[in-house]
Amino acid sequence: MLKVKNINTYYGKVHALKNVSIHLSPKEIVALIGANGAGKTTILNTLSGVTPMQSGSIDFAGESVGALSPDRIVKSGISQVPEGRQVFKGMTVAENLELGAYLRFTAREPKELIRKDIVKIYQLFPRLEERKKQMAGTLSGGEQQMLAIGRALMAKPKLLLLDEPSMGLAPLVVQEIFAVIERLRSDEGVTVLLVEQNAKAALKMADRGYVLETGKIILEGNAADLLENPEVQRAYLGKEKKDIWER
Amino acid sequence: MEIWDREYECMDREVLEQLQLERLQATLHRAYKNVTCYKNKFNQQGIDPDAVQSLSDLSKLPFTTKEDLRLNYPYGMFAVPLREVVRIHSSSGTTGKPTVVGYTKNDIKIWSNLIARLHTAAGVTHDDVVQIAFGYGMFTGAFGHHYGAEVIGASVIPMGGGNTEKQIMIMQDYRTTVLISTPSYAITIADRMEQLGINPKSLSLKHGLFGGEPWSEAMRIEIESRLGITATDNYGLSEVIGPGVAGECTHKCGMHIFEDIFIPEIIDPDTCEVLPPGSVGELVITTLTKEAFPMIRYRTRDITSLDYEKCSCGRTHVRMKKTMGRSDDMLIIKGVNVFPSQIEEVIVAIDGCEPHYQLIVDRKNSVDSLEIHIEVTENIFFDEMKMQRAFIDSIQHKIHSLIGLGVTVKLVEPKSFPRFEGKASRVIDNRQH
Repeated sequence: MLKVKNINTYYGKVHALKNVSIHLSPKEIVALIGANGAGKTTILNTLSGVTPMQSGSIDFAGESVGALSPDRIVKSGISQVPEGRQVFKGMTVAENLELGAYLRFTAREPKELIRKDIVKIYQLFPRLEERKKQMAGTLSGGEQQMLAIGRALMAKPKLLLLDEPSMGLAPLVVQEIFAVIERLRSDEGVTVLLVEQNAKAALKMADRGYVLETGKIILEGNAADLLENPEVQRAYLGKEKKDIWER
Repeated sequence: MEIWDREYECMDREVLEQLQLERLQATLHRAYKNVTCYKNKFNQQGIDPDAVQSLSDLSKLPFTTKEDLRLNYPYGMFAVPLREVVRIHSSSGTTGKPTVVGYTKNDIKIWSNLIARLHTAAGVTHDDVVQIAFGYGMFTGAFGHHYGAEVIGASVIPMGGGNTEKQIMIMQDYRTTVLISTPSYAITIADRMEQLGINPKSLSLKHGLFGGEPWSEAMRIEIESRLGITATDNYGLSEVIGPGVAGECTHKCGMHIFEDIFIPEIIDPDTCEVLPPGSVGELVITTLTKEAFPMIRYRTRDITSLDYEKCSCGRTHVRMKKTMGRSDDMLIIKGVNVFPSQIEEVIVAIDGCEPHYQLIVDRKNSVDSLEIHIEVTENIFFDEMKMQRAFIDSIQHKIHSLIGLGVTVKLVEPKSFPRFEGKASRVIDNRQH
């Protein structure tokens, strides 16, 4: 469904992504893990068009989307849930969700359909319905994360890009959010690319994963295998670090 | 027909090639970072591992040879610290030092799964009783098949090599359904059964999975008819992973190379150019998932060809033909790798032996044998038979302990062999593959 080949992305002179190639099959949950600054978020931002790439190719559902603007990319079926939620704090929960469907409004989609989808989001996250008239800024961190995911879903994406959904949240809330992500895949058939600092939790939920180091992919594999990988354990699961075998 | 890992074994070629590229790039980054040998090779040739952007770029990378493994004996090619290695295997070496390979926990898991794939392709299921007649020990053969069969859930009998009568007794009593051995050993078993008056069809045997040495279609037909089983071929080498690189499905039209784990190339062994699909040449393999022992463009020295036509079994992985020989002088005798240079070293070191010798390889009743004729100096022809006998025994013993294979030594008079300009033909292989 998504096929990324040799993308190179720069921040000014900083070469942030070096020939990164990844792919996602339909209904897959794939985790991107790596240390701070490895380029995880940059991959998501490149896919969503926020940080355009310099070279490489991105094919999504048989269409080349690498050169498209962010709104066209959303239209093609890719939605991003940004790091730190970034909900519109001065707007209500309901308004935030409606904004997620902005492109559908401009495409003159019948409003009932959009309203139906909002109801669906409320079923997914009942807490959002309880607070639908509340300003988003007054929500707890976990609720804001739910809202950010809900807002992204309002664009009816086929591929959801999730950036650090567990950041700063209590373990129970993380569990709740991860459970919803799994439901989205099984019930709605959404494909998920998940960036996580919390490598263990991410790999436990994901089917596959990629490990990034200084802008390069250094490992690809089944999530269960990656959890067992010594390099992953050393670097991202907090296991003891030892030098390479000295000859 | 069952397929163990349908997702990967039947993967659409386009997706497969994407996955290969991703895994190749990741492997190169890890190998460059963690293995000094690769780093030096790349740097010397001015190759940036980051520059590999397509599968065809692979052909720009340097080869890895058995010589590299020897130079980096024992652990120099490992890409992880030794404490993360859970298994060490080795194969006999040519210059006295064997080559050493290592596996992490994940490597063993992936290896087992590959064997499960090839067992399933050959018809093995969890209801089978699998008798493994490969030697356990430093060689990879027995262990690979052992783990793979266990993953499938079959009942494994770790019989080990040799002791043919006991093998047959176990086959009868334990109701073995699958035999795993070298093809020539299958014939040995059939012969012995005949001698003992046992009808192979009275046994429960259904399948035979054979590897470790080259064998012919004629031999397949012989094994199948004499033992009343289906016989399939499988391929591997310890430097790459052991058995589990490729295996035949029941269509018996070549061995599927597990392409999500390995990239095969066929090269001209002399010019080292990559040859187009279908050409006969030397097989070169790059590993895509190995953690402890990544191999980049390893020259297997085995001559074969690749067929990319889709197989009717549904697997999309390329098929390699039975190996047709070697691009070096290595001999495979009873499944053991033997280099003439190994034997030469022993001979040269013995007082009284001339550096003129001939190796005669034969196959009688499907059993390989190696006879070595050595020229000796005049004064070594002892008058006493006893002394001569002891002299021969000591040579045989030395060679046996080095290559792990029993040999027959015959002493011949000086100048018995014709002298050649340049390369002498020291090997006479009377076997027909």
